[in-house]
Amino acid sequence: MVDRIADPWGPRTPYGPGERWPVRVDTFLADGHTEADVRRWVPSASILHSNGDAMDIAVVDDRIVGVRGRAGDRINHGRVDPKDLYGWQANHSPDRLRRPLVREGDRLVETDWDTAMGRIVARSKELLDGPGGWGHFGFYTSGQLFLEEYYTLGVIGKAGLGTPHMDGNTRLCTATAAAALKASFGTDGQPGSYTDVDHCDAIALWGHNVAETQTVLWMRMLDRRRGPNPPAMLAVDPRATPVAREADVHLALRNGTNLALLNGLLREVIHRGWYDEAYVREHTLGFEELCQVVEDYPVAKVADICDLRAADIERAAELLGRSERLLSTVLQGFYQSNQATAASCQVNNLHLIRGMLGRPGAGLYQMNGQPTAQNNRECGADGDLPGLRNWENEEHVAELARLWNVEVDRIPHWAPPTHAMQIFRYAEQGSIKLLWISATNPAVSLPDLARIRRILAKPELFVVVQDLFLTETAELADVVLPAATWGEKTGTFTSVDRTVHISDKAVEPPGEARPDLDIFLDYARRMDFRDSDGNPLITWTGPEEVFEAWKECSRGRPCDYTAITYDKLRTGGVQWPCTEEHPDGTERLYTDGVFNTDPDYCESYGHDLATGAELLPEEYRAKQPGGRAFLHATPYQPSPEVPSGDFPLLLTTGRTVYQFHTRTKTGRATQLVHAAPESWVELNPADAEGLGVGEGDLVRIESPRGVVRARARICGVRPGVVFLPFHYGYWDATDGAGPGEGRHDRAANELTITAWDPVSKQPIFKVAAVRVVKEADSGGRPSPAPTVGGSAPPEGSGIPATVGGPAAEAPSRGE
Amino acid sequence: MHLAHYLGLLHKAQERLGDAFTEVGKAHGDEPDIFHTCERLAKQCRAHAEKLGPFARRYAEDAPAEPDRLHSELFSGTRSGPIGLLRDLQDLYLMAAQCDICWTVVGQAAYGARDEDLLGVVKACEQETAIQLKWLRTRMKQAAPQALVVAE
Repeated sequence: MVDRIADPWGPRTPYGPGERWPVRVDTFLADGHTEADVRRWVPSASILHSNGDAMDIAVVDDRIVGVRGRAGDRINHGRVDPKDLYGWQANHSPDRLRRPLVREGDRLVETDWDTAMGRIVARSKELLDGPGGWGHFGFYTSGQLFLEEYYTLGVIGKAGLGTPHMDGNTRLCTATAAAALKASFGTDGQPGSYTDVDHCDAIALWGHNVAETQTVLWMRMLDRRRGPNPPAMLAVDPRATPVAREADVHLALRNGTNLALLNGLLREVIHRGWYDEAYVREHTLGFEELCQVVEDYPVAKVADICDLRAADIERAAELLGRSERLLSTVLQGFYQSNQATAASCQVNNLHLIRGMLGRPGAGLYQMNGQPTAQNNRECGADGDLPGLRNWENEEHVAELARLWNVEVDRIPHWAPPTHAMQIFRYAEQGSIKLLWISATNPAVSLPDLARIRRILAKPELFVVVQDLFLTETAELADVVLPAATWGEKTGTFTSVDRTVHISDKAVEPPGEARPDLDIFLDYARRMDFRDSDGNPLITWTGPEEVFEAWKECSRGRPCDYTAITYDKLRTGGVQWPCTEEHPDGTERLYTDGVFNTDPDYCESYGHDLATGAELLPEEYRAKQPGGRAFLHATPYQPSPEVPSGDFPLLLTTGRTVYQFHTRTKTGRATQLVHAAPESWVELNPADAEGLGVGEGDLVRIESPRGVVRARARICGVRPGVVFLPFHYGYWDATDGAGPGEGRHDRAANELTITAWDPVSKQPIFKVAAVRVVKEADSGGRPSPAPTVGGSAPPEGSGIPATVGGPAAEAPSRGE
Repeated sequence: MHLAHYLGLLHKAQERLGDAFTEVGKAHGDEPDIFHTCERLAKQCRAHAEKLGPFARRYAEDAPAEPDRLHSELFSGTRSGPIGLLRDLQDLYLMAAQCDICWTVVGQAAYGARDEDLLGVVKACEQETAIQLKWLRTRMKQAAPQALVVAE
């Protein structure tokens, strides 16, 4: 038995380069159940992070009792992340929404579906009537719904209402991954495969605390590290995360300076002749410009900008430059920071100039944080067109119009799709009058929460929230729709490495809760959306029909699903593209060094990375990419907000291994709640001493936008930097008398700045200027921060270890 | 040689554009991308003006009297609201367009004068001005449908 709270990564199964990663099946069954009394095992995959781990849901008497990893799946080989082991228990939580709610004055009251949907439809029809009616609608969805739900929502929004105001919280999570992949390679989609871990000889983790965000991917890396001929490891992160502690080289750079570091590293790689000249010549464009830009970043200058030792930068360059099979992974440390797209493109550049793509071990993950972020991007429920189509390419839009049988100009393609921050701005100004939020919680997850609360509370804004619980956002809604979740509905979703899994319905949802797909279909029916021939726009009634329709939409595009079926997925995950020619899917993209940059095929004609200015189609054509990838380069610019006299410290935010997103589910699973019950703030010992703050002291963190109170953990964050976990909102806060009173002082986003990357429009969560003031002594009580992960205290601190005890015991067995 | 006059025209146009970027950014501070990008571009314009300074002084030595009505006023303050934003960005666009064509004209003159140093400055700066135009176009294109058809 393993206590997977005390040891989130479980036992090691070491293996060598090129070998198959050994199987280790993790199981957790609650309430004394054993595998013998499980009636049904229902196929599914993880919905609490983006790794795509396959698992079976254990069902006894029509009730979920646990989960077991799928031994034969290509991604996890049986392993399960602790969030997945325990998180499903939230499905049974007594405070699940069971009936729709509608606002009566200042209260939300229970009602029936007809009344709730009737209100939404009445308001919708009223708004749609008249020129520009489409512009009053905004949809803000998730990275946690299924492909079928996103595609249906995309068709409703883009072909039914005709609004460009659709986005997902993937804007906070993975928008930069998409932007960087499009910019460098022509279309979205990961070049690599998770099996690249099995083959690589070096792993570089760029702002990616994979040990806490995708634990199973980290187990794979750790197992390689414990086996023969282990890969070298580089970590770039201002915190002493488990990844940083494991790495051979750790660059704890100043927040907001990623691009300067990458410019310097690329300069070293080029100067030392570690690049692949033939690959550059045959498969890339822009090498000379890249050389010119990075020439300005000698190591000494970079060391100064990033506050690093020059020798460490040189060691990192050598590790990268001398490797033969380099694997890179990029996440929020880059995506939610200054010059996000430019810095992420520089990682692509590193792989391009070294020819490190399209073969085993030479891999690149522009990661996702959320489980279904990839699907949102593919299906067009966010700021993209379905099938990774280019909104500026008239033929691409015409294809969609033919597919949906609607007039071309009903599909909004005259300007870029509206990104989330702009949707909220239009709502703030009053031109968006109906905002439909599904499966996400912007009142905790967006920057500058006081502003977001003001917007959501505006009486003239009609807010619909579709979720499992009365979240911080749902509290502010006009209509709340109770949704079914994972295990209670059927659909598919796709991991970072393009592996599609099916998640089957295992049990009935509670009360009158409905699958998100059914809610969207009900809305479409009541709105009576029609195609050009007067027939219903949406004819699907269930998930498999939507999947079949989606396959047609994906045909011929990079994310081609045409040879995938539900039945095939029930036997295991399949990587897209999967076509008649490649019926078993495709492990790696760009194996021939030919990229999706053809002007008739690409997803974007490109942007200036410093301003976000769009390049014109004719300019793009004039480059004659001919299947070559683009090497983009940009000079470093300081972040919009840097420390000042009043606010001398830099705030960064991030995750703990025990919680997901805004804890809507993980905050309702006992083992996870006990492991990380409340927020904390991490301080470096030197900063803490200067502030007179000791372990566990209550401190106030202030930015120009708000205040957060938390108990201090003195640990390994870099000097000058303060860390707050972003998960904690106030639905379970006990302080304060009621809404608005003393409850709004624990979400990290009270402090963050409204600013975003010019290309990906991803908010800059990782760089805000703050000050820290001590409020009260700890009285000997340590901070509630877990002792596992980035918040681990120094050795010998005497702080009791985070453990789960008998309630968290989960067996792991080998082959 | 009249080059000094056009250098002066461009120099002043860059300074005015820098000031206008700052003003528009501040006036629309509730649009964070406008604010942050305008700040950045204002700095870029001032850097352009600074680079032109030495050339303007050098060529001024053998320049005849300045012709009439060389300079023109393209910006007279900001407006508010979504349409105001659109209109302010349009002002910036016209001012940047004036700089853009001045760079072309000055670049041609630099060839004629066999002035490699000036040509170097033109080549570096005209690219940045071209991007400024593109950004303004991109942002106006994004804002126009909502501002002109949807907003009340």
